[in-house]
Amino acid sequence: MNTGLRLTVDGVGHHYGGMQALSGISLVAEPGEVMVLVGPSGCGKSTLLGIMGGMLAPTEGTVRCVGEIPPDCLNPLTYVFQDFSLLPWRTVAGNVALVLEDRLSRADCSARVAEVLALTGLTEFARAWPRQLSGGMRQRVGIARALAVRPACLLLDEPLSALDAQTRDLLLEEFAALITQAGTTTVYVTHNLAEAVRLGHQIVVLSRRPGQVREVLRVDRPLAGRGAADPDLVALEQCLWRMIRDDAAVAERERIDVAS
Amino acid sequence: MSRLDGPVPFRGGGFAPRDRAWAAAATLIGVVALWQAGASAGVIPTLFLPAPVSIARALWALTVSGELWKHLSASLIRLAVGWTVGTLFGIGMGLAVGLWSVLRSPGMALVSALFPIPKIALVPLFIIWFGIGEGSKLATLAFGVFFPTVIATAGGVDNVPRGLIRMGQSFGLSHAAIVRKIVLPAALPAILSGFRVTSSIAIVLLVAAEMIGAERGIGAFVLSAGNLYDTDNLLAGIVVLSVLGLAVSWVIGRLERLFLAWRA
Ligand SMILES: Nc1ncnc2c1ncn2[C@@H]1O[C@H](COP(=O)(O)OP(=O)(O)OP(=O)(O)O)[C@@H](O)[C@H]1O
Ligand SMILES: [Mg+2]
Repeated sequence: MNTGLRLTVDGVGHHYGGMQALSGISLVAEPGEVMVLVGPSGCGKSTLLGIMGGMLAPTEGTVRCVGEIPPDCLNPLTYVFQDFSLLPWRTVAGNVALVLEDRLSRADCSARVAEVLALTGLTEFARAWPRQLSGGMRQRVGIARALAVRPACLLLDEPLSALDAQTRDLLLEEFAALITQAGTTTVYVTHNLAEAVRLGHQIVVLSRRPGQVREVLRVDRPLAGRGAADPDLVALEQCLWRMIRDDAAVAERERIDVAS
Repeated sequence: MSRLDGPVPFRGGGFAPRDRAWAAAATLIGVVALWQAGASAGVIPTLFLPAPVSIARALWALTVSGELWKHLSASLIRLAVGWTVGTLFGIGMGLAVGLWSVLRSPGMALVSALFPIPKIALVPLFIIWFGIGEGSKLATLAFGVFFPTVIATAGGVDNVPRGLIRMGQSFGLSHAAIVRKIVLPAALPAILSGFRVTSSIAIVLLVAAEMIGAERGIGAFVLSAGNLYDTDNLLAGIVVLSVLGLAVSWVIGRLERLFLAWRA
C-alpha cells in the first residue's frame, strides 16, 4: 500500500549569501521508501531537507514530487521537528488537531485524533498540556500530529536527537513500525548511524561543506526484519562511520577555528 | 580538618513567598482599626480625615439613596466603552505593526511620538473636538488605553517563537490561520499583562475626565464633595474607586487563569 510520492531532487545547490552550503545534489526517493541523509555537522542536511519540503527555495536546481495524493491527505509534505514545535497552549489532542479541525467535520476530526493518539500510545494523555509530558512523549505528539494529516511524504530532521538514549531506541522501533505501516515516502536526517541503518532503504552520505552526495548505499532488507544485533547492519554502520569519520573530524576542527 | 556527621541539612527552600490570605486581611483590618482609634481619640482631625465609621455611614447613605449607583453606573459605562474601544484598536494596530513590515516603522514612529503625551493634557482639545459630553471622555480613555495596548501587543507578536510559525507554514496553514492559531495565543500573555497597565490608566483618565464638566460619575462626585468640604462623601468616593480598581484587577486575574492555564 505504498501511497507515497516520488521525490526527485535535480541538480540542487544552495548558497546563503556568499557561502555555498550545497552543490549539485541529485537524488530520488521512491514511493514508500525511506531515504536517510547523513553527513558531518554543517554539511547542509537541514538545508536539503528544507528544500525538499518546500520550506526553502534552492538557489539552483529543482525538486519535483510526483504521485497520487489520496483524498484524505491534508498536507502532502509533512515535517517532524527536532524541537517538537508543539503549541504549549494546546493540549495534546489540540496539537494533533491543529490542521484537522479546519478541514474535517468535528466527528471525523476527533476520530482521526483518537486514531493517531492510539497509534502513538498517547490516548491517556489527550488532555495533558505539552509541559506535562516527557521529551519522548512530546516527540510522539509531534509524530502523531504529522501522521494525523495522512502525509504522502514525511520529512524528519533529527527527530530523536533531543532525547535520551533509551527513549531514542524505543521511539526508533515505533518509527520503523509506523513508517512501514503507513507506507509513506520518508526523508530522515540524522547524525546517528545506528538510526540510519535501522531505518534507511537508501542512505545518502553527504560530504563536508559544500554538501555534495558522496555515496548512496542501498539496504534491501525490509524494516520489520532489522535487529540491532544484525551483523550485516553492524558492518554497514562501521563502513558508514569510516566514510564520515575524516570529514567529521575536519568539520569539528573548522568549527573550533570559527569559534576561536 | 572538620568532620561531617549527621543528616544532610536541607537548603533547597529558596524564596517561595506564599499567599497568606489571613495576613492580608489582618493588615487591612489593623490599619483601619488604628485609624478609627486615632479618630475616636481625637488624634486625627476628622474634618480633614474622617473616621472609617463616618465613611462607612456616608457610603451606606449613598447606597440607600441610589446616589452611588447613579454615579457608579455612569463611570462603569464610560470605563467599559472607552477601554474596549481603545483595546480593540490597540490590539489591531499592535498586530498590524508586529506582522507587516510595511506598517512597522511608520506605525511605531507614530506610537513613539504620541505615547509620551500626558493624555490628560488632551482633554481640553478633545472637548473642542467631541464636545463636553460623553464623546470627549470616551476619546480620552480610548486614546490613553490605545498606545500601551499597541506596544504590549506588538512586543508580544515580536516574541512569538519563529519556529512555531515555520511549523504552521510547514503544515500548510493560511496566513489568517497562523495569526489566529499561533501568533495571537503566543502574544496573549503580553496582551493580558498590558490589560493590567491599561485598566489602571483607564481609571485614572476616567476620574480626570469626569472632573472636567461632568454631572455624573465618581470623579464628578468626588470633586463636588471636595468643593463642599464634605470629606465623608469625598472619601466614600475614593473608597469606591479603590474597590473598582481591585475588582478590575480581580477580573483580569480570572482572565489570566482562564486563558493562560497552559503556563501554570
Ligand atoms: N539561515 C541561514 N543563514 C546562513 N547560513 C546558514 C543558515 N542556515 C544554515 N546555514 C549554514 O549552512 C550550512 C549548512 O547548514 P545546515 O543547518 O543545513 O547543516 P546541517 O547538516 O543540518 O548541520 P547539523 O548536522 O549541525 O544540523 C552551515 O554552515 C550553516 O552555518
Ligand atoms: Mg541540521
